[in-house]
Amino acid sequence: MEHQSKLETVLRGIALLLVVVFFMFPIFWIFLMSLQTNETILRVPPSINFEPTLSNYRALITGKLETSAASLEINFLQNLWNSVFLSVASVSLALLLGVPAAYAFARHKFKGSEDIAFTLLSFRFAPPLLVLLPLSLYFQKMGLADTYLGLIWVYQLICLPLILWIVRGYFEDISPDIEYAYRVAGHSWFSTFRKIALPLAGPGIAAAGLLAFIFAWNNFIFALVLASADKQPVTVGALAFITASGIQYGQIAAAIVMSIAPTLALALYAQKYLVEGLSLGAVKG
Amino acid sequence: MPVPSQVSKRRGKRLVSRRALPYLLSLPALLVCIGILVPFVTAIYYSLQRYRLSQPWAREMNWGDNYVRFMSDSKFWNTLVVSLEYAFLTVGFELILGLGIALLLQKRTKLNNAVSIMLLMPLMTAPALAALMWKLMTNPGFGILNYFLTLIGIDDFRWGASPSSALFTVVLVDIWVYTPFIMILLLAGLRSLPTQPFEAAALDGVPRMQQFFRITLPMLTPYILTAALFRLLESIQQFDIIYAMTQGGPGDTLTVFQVEAYLNYFQSTNVGRSSALLLILWAITFFISNIFIKNWLRLRERARGEG
Repeated sequence: MEHQSKLETVLRGIALLLVVVFFMFPIFWIFLMSLQTNETILRVPPSINFEPTLSNYRALITGKLETSAASLEINFLQNLWNSVFLSVASVSLALLLGVPAAYAFARHKFKGSEDIAFTLLSFRFAPPLLVLLPLSLYFQKMGLADTYLGLIWVYQLICLPLILWIVRGYFEDISPDIEYAYRVAGHSWFSTFRKIALPLAGPGIAAAGLLAFIFAWNNFIFALVLASADKQPVTVGALAFITASGIQYGQIAAAIVMSIAPTLALALYAQKYLVEGLSLGAVKG
Repeated sequence: MPVPSQVSKRRGKRLVSRRALPYLLSLPALLVCIGILVPFVTAIYYSLQRYRLSQPWAREMNWGDNYVRFMSDSKFWNTLVVSLEYAFLTVGFELILGLGIALLLQKRTKLNNAVSIMLLMPLMTAPALAALMWKLMTNPGFGILNYFLTLIGIDDFRWGASPSSALFTVVLVDIWVYTPFIMILLLAGLRSLPTQPFEAAALDGVPRMQQFFRITLPMLTPYILTAALFRLLESIQQFDIIYAMTQGGPGDTLTVFQVEAYLNYFQSTNVGRSSALLLILWAITFFISNIFIKNWLRLRERARGEG
């Protein structure tokens, strides 16, 4: 270990401080804004000396927006609920479909398995609009336009490849000998999968599920193209809300805080899984 | 290395059902995805048509006409140039910053770990919402960043609203959201490097600068390449940040591929041109993703071999 000079320690400290300020300040500032009335937000010069109020959050929850001109009905809670429902349902479906498939790809090198796996991975990288625009025309014909079912199906584009690839890596790391020993003892294929493979790959499944949830929650373009107002998640809803509410900046800030709080909380709670999932199992350090 | 199912070889009796098993297991996932492949083929078909939603009667095959027209279409070249500028600017800055921060946080101290957890937060923020946050901070009326600029004597900086600073503004938001991604990958890479070469170099009295360029950087290159290619793939397709910030404006300053295709489809209802644009984007991403996947698999094998 080299010892650091005093100057270097100071420089490192300053650099670290700058990094923290740059990445944390926007979240901190929007949070402060969400606790202010328009009056204090518009003060010049800006100041962090204000009486915090929850009125913005109250307006969003009750759905009544008082503007200077008139009282406006908004349904931000519906957007929040849509986000929760779409993300949870999509991830559940993707786990149900993806985990067995990941197991098949990891354990059985059947004909064409690599090709199929690559094709699925390449979906992750194709421009989403390429599929979404024709799909929106099909959905109109099939009656899936603006339904939760249609959205959940399309959300598989985000969730499924992610789960398939991360979980497959974890299954590959489990020695087949353990499973073989269990099978020789007379257990069926299915109970081997359930009792041995699934628990051993548990952390991987958790990491993949968590990441898929966050990506589904943060998605913007799918619902922008396919959903109308009452099915839209917070990402699209917040943008529409800005146009509708005009200059109610405190409420816009509060809506943003409520929209990002769930993923930030999840990230902090499960950061270890997240970091592993993010490196796609490529780097095991 | 996984051994291909030995069980199936030894149990000849149930060979047929065992052979079908992997197909049965992956079939549902495949079916869901095939449903999504159909629109892909449709998009190719549309791209070869003169097709406007507003003029259904004029719809006809025009084969490669949409593509040929791009050659002399200044809007198309603008889209291509802006998309490439955006992709290379964001990935370039994010690599430099990400590597710098990863080096800063390399030692496993409590403070460093706390900072690296903090940096997860921008990455977990939806890019569209991140753009809205920055929009509030750069509002001409009360934006805190405008206020900071006036403190150092810059008045009337118009961020996303002015053609000269719009690209800078969206690139800045992209850097805020995605630098942590590169940082996480490179930090994991740095911490997994073997220690012997560094100890030997320190014993020989090799200067730190030289250690960095001769040992750290070469050993980290596969990680840097993986991170850069992955980000490049996403960045050239960026939609959320740009659409939420300026909707491609002002004018056509920021009409990158997906934004231009979206506007073509929904505003001028030109399905043919929109599809052709997206297919060109797809060809670019296909090219990058092939390099990326090869590189990534090599890295994965290496990580496995060493771990």
